Amino acid sequence: MHTSDLRFQVQNLTRVEGEGSLHLTVRDGQVSEARLQIFEAPRYFEALVVGRTPNEVLDIVSRICGICPVAYQMSAVHAFEDLFGVEVEPATRALRRLLYCAEWIESHALHIYLLHAPDFLGYPSAVELARDHRQLVTDGLRLKQIGNQLLALLGGRAIHPVSVRVGGWSRAPRRAQLTAFAPALHEALQLARATVDVALQLTPPEFEREPRLVALHHPREYPMNEGRIVSDAGLNLPAQAWTEVFHEIQVPWSNALQARDDSGLPYLLGPTARIVLDHDQLHPLAKEALDNSGALESIRRNPYRSIVARGIELVQAAADAIDIVEAYRPPEAAAVAWRPRPGVAAWATEAPRGLLFHRYEVGEDGLVAAATIVPPTSQNQAAIEADIALFAPRVLGLPMDEATRRLEQLIRAYDPCISCATHFLDLSIDGAPA
Amino acid sequence: MTLIGQPATTSGGRAVERQRPRVGVVKFASCDGCQLTILDLEDELLALTDRFEFTEFAEATSKRSSGPFDILFVEGSISTPEQAVEIVRLRAVTKTLVTIGACATVGGIQALRTAAEHEAFRSAVYPSPAFVDSLAVASPIASHVPVDFELRGCPIDARQLVELLTSVATGRRAQLPDQAVCLECKRRGYECVVVTRGEPCLGPVTQTGCGAICPGMGRGCYGCFGPREGANVDSLAGWYLDGPSGPRAQVDVGRLFAGFTGASSDFRGITDRLGGRPPLPMRPAMAHPPELVEAAPPTWGPQPAGEAGDAHE
Repeated sequence: MHTSDLRFQVQNLTRVEGEGSLHLTVRDGQVSEARLQIFEAPRYFEALVVGRTPNEVLDIVSRICGICPVAYQMSAVHAFEDLFGVEVEPATRALRRLLYCAEWIESHALHIYLLHAPDFLGYPSAVELARDHRQLVTDGLRLKQIGNQLLALLGGRAIHPVSVRVGGWSRAPRRAQLTAFAPALHEALQLARATVDVALQLTPPEFEREPRLVALHHPREYPMNEGRIVSDAGLNLPAQAWTEVFHEIQVPWSNALQARDDSGLPYLLGPTARIVLDHDQLHPLAKEALDNSGALESIRRNPYRSIVARGIELVQAAADAIDIVEAYRPPEAAAVAWRPRPGVAAWATEAPRGLLFHRYEVGEDGLVAAATIVPPTSQNQAAIEADIALFAPRVLGLPMDEATRRLEQLIRAYDPCISCATHFLDLSIDGAPA
Repeated sequence: MTLIGQPATTSGGRAVERQRPRVGVVKFASCDGCQLTILDLEDELLALTDRFEFTEFAEATSKRSSGPFDILFVEGSISTPEQAVEIVRLRAVTKTLVTIGACATVGGIQALRTAAEHEAFRSAVYPSPAFVDSLAVASPIASHVPVDFELRGCPIDARQLVELLTSVATGRRAQLPDQAVCLECKRRGYECVVVTRGEPCLGPVTQTGCGAICPGMGRGCYGCFGPREGANVDSLAGWYLDGPSGPRAQVDVGRLFAGFTGASSDFRGITDRLGGRPPLPMRPAMAHPPELVEAAPPTWGPQPAGEAGDAHE
């Protein structure tokens, strides 16, 4: 039924986490449909956590993503503690924020230096980039390494750390361990500031639009583990209440589940949304970096500017981590005692790629009976498609290779994590009933 | 302050000219964590690319290759019909095939579902399961093609990865440990969590390679690296059921073995007997199952004139 349509495909997206491709349908020079197709095989995580204890869930959900395992552990552990009425020690609260800072550093440095910067500078990968700009890549790798080392210090290893438990930790670090790491964090702060300078030099393609932004908001700190869900349209609701305004949908013209708010319009999560909605809560050093950049408005309107937003969040995470390490006193007990309680456990935290919502039903036996996990990439998919629909007409006249490169670059600007998006289905529905 | 500086000449420029082994990194159903371990070799990464030519590594480079490969690292389990075809093609163009991680080596946590449970899993997670094109079982690479080396772990250990690459580059045998995590704990002087706290630990039956991370962090091992050869898993399970730290319900012990290597035959034997895999019948696993919605393609809505183009309606 689309025989007169031009179908355009970008097969096998590269430098993203997971497997996906883009399908465009062009009718009379207009993009009638932009579809980000995900062929990442389903792994059924929401079924795999059924019948498990809360602590087992922390180990299992981290496996949704090798790049942001901490995010999954954080949304889950806060959900359970909220339901069970567990009050963790202040030191545990601080350590969890430190663990998240480490993941933000690792994840943002990976994306900026290894996945995204090669686009702006015209290289197929960081390896080729390093041939001409060795120091740049070496600095990026060092920054990523500091994030990974801090993850390993707190969690035993950088990928799928093991120490996060309901009530606290299996083992909390000694003060001397963290103090010894402070010099590395000061180095990370310098590298992060330099990253912002580099990101500002990378000229973004001219493309501006009015997005709709959603992030957590906390009155006293840049959002990570706690906050209310806010939007630039005035939304304000508790993190547990995501399902009151947002919902997942399956759309007949796409092969993936998506998420929308009550208006049915797409919305954007992640560094861009956080910088715009939460810049007043940035650490003074990150605020200074943002103010000096003068980039706030261009970050909001131009999706390619997310690389600057990530750079500023690197400053945020490094500066925040330094403060936490300096003030650290170990908790009295690694974990406080707790008992499971039946009911609904729900929470959202800010993963590197944006708001990550978890909801678990816990039965009388203390085991999970049902789960809903909504990763940021599922939620961002509609925003990515909306941007592609706006942007694609500009590149359709270009040679195929170049058009492909430009569209891929736009998708990469969102740092999509397709492995995370557990809900993506796996079927092309060409010819399905409209 | 680091700015984008002058192009530097690579010190290893000569080495680049040599014939480097062609290395591919591919993935099937997985979290990307094991291939990320390659990118996490921050100190060695650029040196490695002087010695090896990464001709296929979609997560890291836009240059693609469908082969041939001297070494192919394979992450993830085979979970769709397309993947089952692709792994056979890849094997045919590869000299040395190395599985990286629990998913590729034993199937991963997603391999906990049996063929009989597949339908229950699908309809528990997806409202329109007919749209999901997945195989009944998630299976390890070795059930489809011959595998030359296995790197275990969830995720793999970076030191083992370097050891494997070094051994291939120098033409010697890779030195990978085959003892139990228990032994590693003793070597490192870690307190035994079973003895001191009665906490169940799979260390006695799990192959080391991780560095005994979990006992080192004050908790029991959960078997990421899988059972070591000849491990007496039945005895350990019995110990946790009725031993000094017990008694425990069968299903509580079964769940210990229903982890990331729970699909290995040794651990599967325990869960077949004691339970611990997700219980059936399963009601919809998602507390809020998505609905099918007839909706227009997503747009941002009206845009300021002359700014973002006129592709929207």
